[in-house]
Formats: sequence, structure tokens, C-alpha cells
Amino acid sequence: MDNAVEKKLALTHFWVAFGAFALACVMGGYQVIERSGFFKVLESREVYYASVSTHGVLMGFVLTTFFIMGFGYYVATSSLKLPVWNKTFAWTGFGVALTGVVLAALPLLGGAASVMFTFYPPMQAHPLFYVGATLLVVGSWFWCVSMIVMYMQWKKANPDKPVPLAMFATTANAILWLWTSAGVAAEVLFQLLPWALGLIDEIDPGLARTLFAWTLHPIVYFWLIPTYTAFYTLVPKQAGGFLFSDEMARAAFILLVVFSLPIGFHHLYMDPEQNHGWKILHAVGTFVVTLPTFITGFTVIASLEIAGRLRGGKGLFGWIATLPWNNPMVLAIILGLLMLIFGGFGGLINASYAMNAMVHNTAWISGHFHLIFGGTTIIMYFGIAYYFWPVLTGKPLYCPSMAITQLWTWFVGMIIMTTPWHILGLLGQPRRIDSVNYNNLLTLSWEPYEVTMIFGGLILIFSAGLLMYNLVKTQTSDGPAFVGEVEYAEPIHAVENLPNYLNSFSLWNAVIAVFMLIAFGYPILQFFLIETFGSGRWGV
Amino acid sequence: MHIDRLEKKWAGISLGIAGLFVTVILASSFFHGIHAPSNVETIDSAKLHLSAEFAEDKLGVQQHPDGSVTVRMVAGRYGFYPKNLVIPAETELTFRWVSLDVIHGVHIPMTNMSTMIVPGYVAQVKTVLHHAGDYPLLCNEYCGMGHGHMWSNIKVVSKAQWEALNKQGGNNHG
Repeated sequence: MDNAVEKKLALTHFWVAFGAFALACVMGGYQVIERSGFFKVLESREVYYASVSTHGVLMGFVLTTFFIMGFGYYVATSSLKLPVWNKTFAWTGFGVALTGVVLAALPLLGGAASVMFTFYPPMQAHPLFYVGATLLVVGSWFWCVSMIVMYMQWKKANPDKPVPLAMFATTANAILWLWTSAGVAAEVLFQLLPWALGLIDEIDPGLARTLFAWTLHPIVYFWLIPTYTAFYTLVPKQAGGFLFSDEMARAAFILLVVFSLPIGFHHLYMDPEQNHGWKILHAVGTFVVTLPTFITGFTVIASLEIAGRLRGGKGLFGWIATLPWNNPMVLAIILGLLMLIFGGFGGLINASYAMNAMVHNTAWISGHFHLIFGGTTIIMYFGIAYYFWPVLTGKPLYCPSMAITQLWTWFVGMIIMTTPWHILGLLGQPRRIDSVNYNNLLTLSWEPYEVTMIFGGLILIFSAGLLMYNLVKTQTSDGPAFVGEVEYAEPIHAVENLPNYLNSFSLWNAVIAVFMLIAFGYPILQFFLIETFGSGRWGV
Repeated sequence: MHIDRLEKKWAGISLGIAGLFVTVILASSFFHGIHAPSNVETIDSAKLHLSAEFAEDKLGVQQHPDGSVTVRMVAGRYGFYPKNLVIPAETELTFRWVSLDVIHGVHIPMTNMSTMIVPGYVAQVKTVLHHAGDYPLLCNEYCGMGHGHMWSNIKVVSKAQWEALNKQGGNNHG
């Protein structure tokens, strides 16, 4: 099958993603230096907050959305062996999303949207910011439609056969994202946009936070699913082995989609506008969603063990040494799982209804999500990029050993940056402060950690530079042609007699609808039943 | 469909781990009454100065006949008012927080006094502070350019000291 257009489509999305990533890395480097307060000449809270807001939007929304779309298109075409459905439609989605990014970038870079990537009202950004964010999400919905259509095309042509696991996971992510984005879409369309455009004067920040919480948890699984997809369907093959269990992987993806949605209130534990009964309900759900990650850890490590033993590894741990540590994707998963263990431990603390009070909104939280998102999730995006670039550009990877150095430096930099960040939180430092101004002796205890973080940040910038250099050189160098296609791992036991509930989403959509009604029905309705007082417009 | 025996075992163990965490959390919240601030009480943030509870002269510390203490505070860019407070250790404290502008968050480092302060709502936290000393109150939700400058001070003193100070008057109405 000639899939030149698919390759161009995926590569274009990836370049927007990694372009945003590179810019955001430079900003992150500036921020970690600025906030330490050791370089007075750099200090400017206007620049700092414009930078933090842009960094968050680029990393959280632009890098992720474009990477996920590009990855999805190529997984769909390569795993289903089908051309991407309606390419004009796909390019239109890309255009809409990119227009949104450009429109939002104008006020962000100009300092007129320094409201962070969470943009909680009643602080108001320039209307273009909300318009741009809306277009980015609408563009991503085009992708969701493409994925679901291709999944259905394949199922129609292959009745009763299991949908290839990589596509099953990608479709799960498209469905997850449609459900997930509904919360923030409602917030933007019914509250923020009319208010920013002057059509209404007051909005309820409590309702806005509730709607945002709808999106705020499952969005991290939207970001994570491509990483898990690579864990299950790409890594075992790269490591030289087989997937331990195809069925368990499907179950894990379904659990992720179903249980990541009705649990967003763990972001509102400390909020006054929701009753504690709802918070406890969401807290229980939050622990249920640890299950698919526990399962993933087991199945993926078991797959690696199969590979290690096939390569001659002996004894209880001997198989670890025989894994191909010089394969970027294998190294990415090893380092990613290590960070997942640390980050997951922190996440359990955040999820704990009462213990969260000790760390809520402190530097601990920023450290936590940098470790688990910037660490576990993104390091696998790198692994995927190193694997996909030769396939998409038709040229071999410019320098494989540079890729290995890049992954190690990213891991080391992330650990050096996020460990002190967690400690700062335990020492009481609030998140998102531009410098340390408090007249209190406590702040003296923060200084060594602020210094350490700078080294972590610099290592990360160096690592990001290696990544970008390698990807650019791969595409632009004149070298021998690379001929190859993305290869998916085979399960060790062939998939037979797959029950329909592990091959279809109709049942699960109904389950999600019921769960969302229970988890968010009354908590949203209450704002229309009790007497509430809106807020006007506040600048930054 | 093939699910390995080991996988089934592991799924059971995972369920057990999650169940253990949930049990501990539910026990701590139901039997020890540890709850996040969740009183769902609305207030017009634009008219705090006219309200019966949060007008300027009503802010600060109020002692009740049973010995417990209510602390009423207004958060606004960029500070928590009153700016200085003296409160007793080993006493049941009820903090009541409101915002006069945007969303803020507040915590006292090394304690579990932490809450979001959302305009339009009263945030209430009940706690006991065990250690005397000078603590900062820090804003932990980005609230604008002065977010990093938003703080005030509280001094926690022993119950006896606090009673003595109260008799002299003054100090508590910062």
C-alpha cells in the first residue's frame, strides 16, 4: 500500500508537536532560573507568568494533541492496512487546530493571556485565547471522527475478528477524548466565551471549576494512552519478544477510559463549592483507576521478561541485563517505568482524600506532574519519534547513540529537577510563584532545592536540544534510504474467541454515560438549584 | 479468550491494594471526621463589606463560650486580612475564608489548614494547631501578577498565653 500521504500527514502533525515542545523547553529553562531569585537581572513577573502560561499551553495542549493526532493517523493506517479516511477532512482538522494555536499564541506571547493553562475565571484573558483554545479542541474532534470511522470500516470488512490492539487503543483514546473535552467545551462555550465577549457580565467560578474538573483528570489519560499503546504494541517487538496478553491489554484500555472519566473531583478536594460526599465518591473511583496501571505494569514487564529470556537471560533478574538497552524504545520504557513508580507513589498521596491537604497546590504538585507527564508520558513520545522518523522520512535515524544519550539525560534531568520540587512542596512552597518574597525564615530552607532544580532544568534543555537536532538531521541528511514499516508485537497466545465487550465500545459508552450522570449530574445541577453569586471580570 | 493464571492473581492483588487504600481513607474520613472543606455555602463576594459576617470589623478571631475559636478572613489581591493574627494552640479552630476578587488558595505550611477560596463561596476548615510558632499564610492559587507576594502572618501561642493576651485586649484585631 502506498501511504506517502499518510506519512506526510503524521510527520506534519509531529513537527508541530515537537516544535511546540522545543519552544516550551526553552521557556521552562528560563522559568526555573528566574524563580530561584539568584539572578536579579532576569526578574520580571510579567514575563515570568506569560512564559509559564505559554509553557503550559504548549506542553499540555499543543505537543500532546498534535502528537496524539499524528500517532493515531499512522497507527490507523499501518495497523488496519487502510488508507486514512477522507484526507481532506483530516487536513482540515489539522488546519483548524493549528489556526487555534496561532490565535491563542498571540495574546499568550503578548502577556494578554497570563492565566495559566488552567485559565480559571474570574481572571480573564483576551477573547482570542478562548477562541484559539476552542479551535484547537474542535480540530482534535476531526481526528476523533476519523479514528472512529476507520475503526468501523475495518470492523465492517472483518466481522467477528479482533480489531488490532493498537487501533483498539487509539479508538479508545478518540472516544475518551470526546467524553473528556465535553466538560471544558461546555465551560468555554456557555461561560468563558460569552463572558469574554461581553455578552454576559457575570459567571460562577464554582461551576467553571466543576466543569473544568470534568476534563482535568481524563485529559491526562488522553495524553498517556499513546504511551501505553507503545508499551503494549511496539515495545515487545523492539525488545525481541512477544506481548504477554492481548486480552488483558484491551481490558486495561477499557478500564482506563471508563474509570478516568467520573473521578475529576480529586482536583476539587479543597474546594468549597462541592459537598464532601461527592468528593469521597470520586476518591474511590480514583483508586479504581490505579488498576489498569497496575495491570499494565505487570503485563508490560512480563512481555519484557519474555524478550530478555529469548535473548538468553537466565535467573530471576538476568533477563533485565540481556534486554537491548541500546534500542531507544526499550530504553524509553525502562526509564519511563522507573519514573512511573516514583510518580505513581506521589499520585497515591495526592489521591488520598485527607493527606492531599498537606500537598495541595504546593510545589509538590508541579513536581508530580512534571515527573509523570514530562517523564513517563513524554519519554515514550521520544521513543516513538525515534522509531517512526525513519519510517516516515525514509531515512535511517541520524545518530542512534545520540538518541540513547538523549533519553538518559532526560531521565537524569527530570529526577534532578522534580525531586527537589517535591521537597519544596513538603516545605510549604506554593506552586506558581515567580520569586520568593515571603518575610519568613522558612524560605531559607528552600534555597538549596531551588539551586538543584536549575541543574535539572539545564540538563533537560540540553536533552531536548539533542532530540531536535537528531530529528532534524534524520530528515535533512543525504544518506542511504530506509525501507521499513511500523511493526506491531504479536501476542504470545493468539487471540481467539474474543468476547464482544473486549472488541467494541457500545456497552462501555453506555456505562460511561451512567457513571457521568451519577458523578457529575447533581454536582452540576446544584448550581441551578441553590442561590449563587456570579463574579465579574478581573484582569491579571 | 486466554488470561494467564499469574495475571489473574496479580489483578486480585491490585484490587486488594486499591481496596486497602480506599478502606483507610474511608475510615479516616468517617471515623476521625477528617473532611476537606466542603460546606457549599454561598455569599455575594461583591458585597462582603455589607455582610453581617465579613464586614471589616467582624474579621479576625472570635472566641466561643465552649472555648472553641472561629477565625474569619478575607482574601483579596494581594493579602489575607487581617494581616496579623494571634491564635491559640490545642484549640478547636474553625477558619472561615472568603475572597473579594478572584480564586485564591491558602495553606499554613506544615499543617493541614489548606483550602481553596472561590469567590461566591465560604470555605470552612476545622482544625487544631499543635505547635506554637510564627507561621506564614501563603496564597497557593495563581491569582495575578502579585501572587508570589500574597501572604500574611499568624502567630500560634499556647492556650494560656493566648488567654493572657486576650485579657490585655488589642493584639487579635490586626
